[in-house]
Amino acid sequence: MRELILTRQNHLVDPTLHVWAWQIPIYLFLGGLVAGMMVLSGLFLWQGRHQERPFTSSVAPLIGLVFLSLGMFALFLDLEHKRYTWRLYTTFQPTSPMSWGAWILLVVYPALVAAAFVHPPKLLRDLVPGVMQYTRAIEARTGARRMIGALNIGLGAALGIYTGILLSALGARPLWNSAILGPLFLLSGLSSAAAFIHLVARHVDEREGLARADNLFLVLELAAIVMFVIGLANATEAHRQAAALLLGGSYTALFWVGVVGLGVVIPLVIQLLAVNHRVQHSPVAPLMVLGGGLVLRFVIVSAGQESRWAALLADLVNALA
Amino acid sequence: MARYGMVIDTVRCVGCMDCVVACKTENQVPEGFGRDWIAYETRGAFPTVSMEIRSERCNHCDDAPCVSCCPTGASHVDPFGQIVMVTHDVCIGCKACVASCPYDARFVHPEGYVDKCTFCIHRVKEGKDPACVSVCPTHCMHFGDFDDPNSRVSRLLASRRNHPLKAEAGTRPRIYYLV
Repeated sequence: MRELILTRQNHLVDPTLHVWAWQIPIYLFLGGLVAGMMVLSGLFLWQGRHQERPFTSSVAPLIGLVFLSLGMFALFLDLEHKRYTWRLYTTFQPTSPMSWGAWILLVVYPALVAAAFVHPPKLLRDLVPGVMQYTRAIEARTGARRMIGALNIGLGAALGIYTGILLSALGARPLWNSAILGPLFLLSGLSSAAAFIHLVARHVDEREGLARADNLFLVLELAAIVMFVIGLANATEAHRQAAALLLGGSYTALFWVGVVGLGVVIPLVIQLLAVNHRVQHSPVAPLMVLGGGLVLRFVIVSAGQESRWAALLADLVNALA
Repeated sequence: MARYGMVIDTVRCVGCMDCVVACKTENQVPEGFGRDWIAYETRGAFPTVSMEIRSERCNHCDDAPCVSCCPTGASHVDPFGQIVMVTHDVCIGCKACVASCPYDARFVHPEGYVDKCTFCIHRVKEGKDPACVSVCPTHCMHFGDFDDPNSRVSRLLASRRNHPLKAEAGTRPRIYYLV
């Protein structure tokens, strides 16, 4: 028999860590969605295809501003010492992914605005009457549009990957100890972004194109999920116990049904049929992808906090005796 | 430069919680929270049952993940004895450090900043032991400088069988338990 009793009962820490509730998964989801939209709009701006992909390259950056602000507000709600939030911006801590993220978020805003200025949608032209002068300035400079595109691709990738590295840097929680979390969150952000544009864009051609892109992202995301689980399941005992939370433990159903089944595989099948004109395009598949992306963040954040390095010393002490 | 840590004799510890009470009093730890606590670990099956009782707290790790993950620098290593500290008015309460600690030694103070054991740095600077060490009725707790090979803690480590907690988490903790 092995039994461990602690007298500690600290709020948010015991019996298992639960410092991060709904705010962090919501932020990670919205951050990932915006990251995906930035990469996609940046790509079309770089390629000069912004006229044929008007929603992705012009409207999505504006929606990105709103989503990112909502996400950052959720992040703000999570802070326990809110009146010192400004301390993030009086320093740079190179070993802290959260410090990197705070500064990345700050430069993401002007990059999104610049993307929207390349080919401003009517709403922006109405709201900001002088916007066309910036548009003309961008058109007048060769390379300016490509530069804005590259900036959005780079910052979008950084934003998407940092949301995963943020968790994987916390070594005390074995479930998060995987560098694949960075690419996984970026791929999930890309699939969510493509699904979102597929859902709301007006041009049929653009929606069709994004649905095809979404299928690619979903396949890659599935591969990343499989590698994530394999990596954990083949590491140390603490990591195998963390993987067990997803392989028979309390998060198994939510992860395999909610994330992998309903969030990746089934929408992938539906969209493969749709792009091959076997079934009509419908909002069902993209809504499932968006839901899957959200549930993925909830599962990883919650299960990660439940994972831990074994608290029992018995084996170690017996080995020493 | 000193590198303070603790050596705690589990053979002598009876789990009386005097250390917990002393800490709460000395550091005005709010109700419902604890900077230190007692662990009772039982192992074996009758008739070969054994129990280890430990007084636990922040391990002031040599490679402290709570310091490296802090986005504002609030969590830092004090040059005085390499003690891991939190500057209250720099902490934003993001809780990354709480999640980064393999020992779950940190908590959010009701005022919003993250709090934890300070090795009673204010007492140590006056040449006293931390409050928990000073009140222990069985004298099972020892505080001192691991960089000094002649300190009591260094000599105890050299002479008795011991183990730290969760060494496999790789943070190089500075509290050792004599068995």
